Amino acid sequence: MRSGRGVFTRRALLVMAVQAGVLGVLGRRLYTLQVVDGGHLRQLAERNRTSKRLLAPARGTIHDRFGVALADNKVSWRALLMPEETTDIPAVIERFSQIVPLDEHDRARIERDLRHVHKYVPVTLHEFLSWDDMARIELNAPSLPGVLVDVGSTRLYPFKDLTAHIVGYVAPPNEEDVARDTTLSLPGMRVGRAGIEQTQEAVLRGEPGSVEMEVNAVGRVIGEIDRVEGQQGEDVRLTLDSVLQQQVLNRLEDRVASAVVMDCRNGEVMAMVSTPSFDPSLFDSGVSHAQWNEWANDPRTPLVDKAVSGLYPPGSTFKPAVALAALKSGSVTAQDRFNCPGYYDLGGVRFHCWNRWGHGLINMREGLKYSCDVYFYEVARRCGMDPIQAVGNAMGLGVKLGIELPHVRSGVIPTPEWRQKHGFHWNGGDTVNAGIGQGFVQVTPLELATYASRIASGRNIQPHLRRPTRGQLSAMAPDETVPKVDLSPAFLDVVRGGMFAVVNEPHGTAPKARLDLPGIQMAGKTGSAQVRRVSRALRESGHFNSMSLPWEYRPHALFICFAPYDNPKYAVAVVVEHGNAGADEAAPLAKLIMTDTLLRDPASDVRPAAPQPPAETQTPSVPVEASASAPTDSPVADDQSERGATQ
Amino acid sequence: MKRNGLNTFGFLKSDRRLLRAEPDFRPMARLLQVNWLYVLLVCVLAGVGYIALYSAGGGSAKPFAGPQMVRFGFGLVMMIAVSLVSPRILRMASVPLYLLSVTLLALVLRMGHVGKGAERWINLAGMQFQPSEFAKIGLVLMLATWFHRIGNERMGNPLRLIPPALLTLLPVLLVLKEPNLGTATIIGLIGATMFFAAGMRLWQIALLVAPLPFMGKFIYSHLHDYQKARIDTFLHPEHDPLGAGYNIIQSKIALGSGGVWGEGYLHGSQGQLNFLPEKQTDFIFTMIGEEWGFVGGIAVITLLGTLVMGGMLIAIRSRNQFGRLLGLGIAMDFFLYCAVNLSMVMGAIPVGGVPLPLISYGGSAMLTMMFGFGLLMSAWVHRNERDPGQEDDED
Repeated sequence: MRSGRGVFTRRALLVMAVQAGVLGVLGRRLYTLQVVDGGHLRQLAERNRTSKRLLAPARGTIHDRFGVALADNKVSWRALLMPEETTDIPAVIERFSQIVPLDEHDRARIERDLRHVHKYVPVTLHEFLSWDDMARIELNAPSLPGVLVDVGSTRLYPFKDLTAHIVGYVAPPNEEDVARDTTLSLPGMRVGRAGIEQTQEAVLRGEPGSVEMEVNAVGRVIGEIDRVEGQQGEDVRLTLDSVLQQQVLNRLEDRVASAVVMDCRNGEVMAMVSTPSFDPSLFDSGVSHAQWNEWANDPRTPLVDKAVSGLYPPGSTFKPAVALAALKSGSVTAQDRFNCPGYYDLGGVRFHCWNRWGHGLINMREGLKYSCDVYFYEVARRCGMDPIQAVGNAMGLGVKLGIELPHVRSGVIPTPEWRQKHGFHWNGGDTVNAGIGQGFVQVTPLELATYASRIASGRNIQPHLRRPTRGQLSAMAPDETVPKVDLSPAFLDVVRGGMFAVVNEPHGTAPKARLDLPGIQMAGKTGSAQVRRVSRALRESGHFNSMSLPWEYRPHALFICFAPYDNPKYAVAVVVEHGNAGADEAAPLAKLIMTDTLLRDPASDVRPAAPQPPAETQTPSVPVEASASAPTDSPVADDQSERGATQ
Repeated sequence: MKRNGLNTFGFLKSDRRLLRAEPDFRPMARLLQVNWLYVLLVCVLAGVGYIALYSAGGGSAKPFAGPQMVRFGFGLVMMIAVSLVSPRILRMASVPLYLLSVTLLALVLRMGHVGKGAERWINLAGMQFQPSEFAKIGLVLMLATWFHRIGNERMGNPLRLIPPALLTLLPVLLVLKEPNLGTATIIGLIGATMFFAAGMRLWQIALLVAPLPFMGKFIYSHLHDYQKARIDTFLHPEHDPLGAGYNIIQSKIALGSGGVWGEGYLHGSQGQLNFLPEKQTDFIFTMIGEEWGFVGGIAVITLLGTLVMGGMLIAIRSRNQFGRLLGLGIAMDFFLYCAVNLSMVMGAIPVGGVPLPLISYGGSAMLTMMFGFGLLMSAWVHRNERDPGQEDDED
């Protein structure tokens, strides 16, 4: 008979063995999970537990040379959506739009952002919330999971159009930007789209910080684990003087013009105005189509910074460069005299001097003083284009200047090779035309200012806008580290003397540029650049008067100058589009601008004694006349008296 | 001859002196017969449960740990009380208890409170009650009584096995209908083990096991979609990380983040931050594993194993078939609970609402388990009662 107990015991022991085995397998699995795979699973746990949020860095501000903010950040409110904190994003957006209306454009952008960003990167629902909107959102927070109101910043341009071309503007990043740098998808991130904002982007932007937060399963923040403070964008200080900038703008009035004021000792650009301008603040929130079209279709090109990307024939302002080239190449000396009968025949073509009666037998100084075209036709013919190009480039014309602005265009000094490359034959007429800065020669106002600075200082001045953030406020002194230009000082003296004569001597072309400040004289050169060839018929009819032409066919008026003559500090270039004649339109403006500049010079009250222009051409009457007509330091008074004289 | 002291450590060694002692029916004497070491182990397990629930409550006795302890107090009193009940009375009560449990199961199908997609709960006098828990105890009692009655000799007769098979199948099918695949499997396995231990002949077993693979296919085809989904999810949890696979993935993550030494009590990030689903019920072990690490987890498994083995030893030590089968059934019930729950949280088998006994939060599971332990202890207390007609079954 079988023993029930025996069977039970054996089978129970078997069951126990199975049980022990199962528990052993479970223990083994626990070991695998916790000890072997622990590290990997711990990482997953970390991801579970933490939510990383990126913090947009504050964009650096932009200041002028005295610390006045040109681009600043203003607090604004915006609504963000944390995609990971909500399960039904469309529903939340729908409810949100009932509180704050979202237009098609907004929705498209939100959709785009949601597709591109990580789930822990908040997406901007609406920028620039009003206080009421913000309060309504806060009140409805329970029905808007994942929506949060964030303090953001808006870019503020206190001077609006005054500094728009230089400072530029920021705009929300586009898809390409985000693809290049995902941190740009952070709300509030802006990308510089023009001017300093664009070129100094790397400095201004800063590094985004991040907060790592402990969150629970539904995404509620429990605590902060780690915070990496982002690197705030660095401030950028410019060489610009906002007051002077304003003064220059006032001088230009409603002309379509540009003016550049440079410290010719070190290349600091103190004012650079291009009119008309635009309000850069509009770009931060998005420019309307109507506004954009208005700007884009305006023949006066408000969006273009004419100072750096406007290309103009230099006209007679080019003559000093031709003179220097001829002197350097040795083809002409300063004493060589050529006769100007009022015209110049070359290869069967007659080239005219601006003065149809001619200037007679004149040397280089006089050629500059009278701005005699025939003299420079001859000089250019003797010299040839290659030295002209070499010296022109060395003086800053037709070369790319390293100023901290985008869209800087470089002018052109043509040579036969250059012309050939474009598929045209170069003939002698082109050379003589280039000799008076017409034809294919093109320069920008900034190049002209650089050119004037280099003539004045004899140094290879590089224009720049940015100053070291923690550097000296203003050196206001010659930068000795800048190498000298490769020209004999004697040659430069000849040209400077000629430019002095232009302004200060009788029969100079720009008496209207004579400074009214006691003891300070300016040297300059006028230029009138034809935008249309004057037909012989018109010229010979004797009724040629460019003022009778439609505005867009009138010549551009140019003027370059530097002062004080004996100790040059500042160089100014003025280009008035279709201003007709440099002597009448640009020179008086340049004089006013230079006056403003000199009066703002902190060293102006320790002015040197009476100027000592080159010995043989010193005209004692000039300083006397200047001091007589300018009894006051007020630039306003100067302005009025000068304008009266012009009319 | 009776022992005067606590027979605490007796169950590991043979106490021949008590072998022929007459049963003592005085309550105090029987109280002394209770295996207090086993009771202590049960209390330790409940203590682990308290600690874990305290953490699951976010470092507070509310809302889980406190009420659970009150229930445990009741359960403990019930366990001791049941342990003193004579097997004869238990056998008499087995039929009504079984019928009651089956009736409740049938009832829950009709008017059950739907919880988590399955009709598993009924409201009994304001208390949520899960009849399937109770059905297991009822079945164990019923089968132990049946096999006790027929004795080992008549196990050879297949006809004698048909009624207990039907008795087993009835609750299994009812629970399956709820539907609760996990518990149905547990009930079926308890029954099967009892058949096996009761002395079922090997040829009978072979005959039963042979068609199982075909039955498996048949059963799978009749599973509910959600049950199939659970199996699929188990096989590929990463396919649906935020849906059905979420529990398993999160559970594994939490266990893994515990490492060897754990993240520290009340510092388990996944549990404390509610990434763990049902952390106070089915997934309580995950929380323990996260906070106490592998060391704590293995300690809990060891404790559970000790209770299982202790139960099995109590069963083996019984001199009557009823006590043996009762003990084995309860020990098996406890073991299966533990094994299924642990496998589940470790992602070894599909998830299916099976709590970790005495640790997971839940009233009916706690009370029925304590009732079961009472039965087990009764088997111990009355281990020396002999089956009629058996002179000496020492071998």
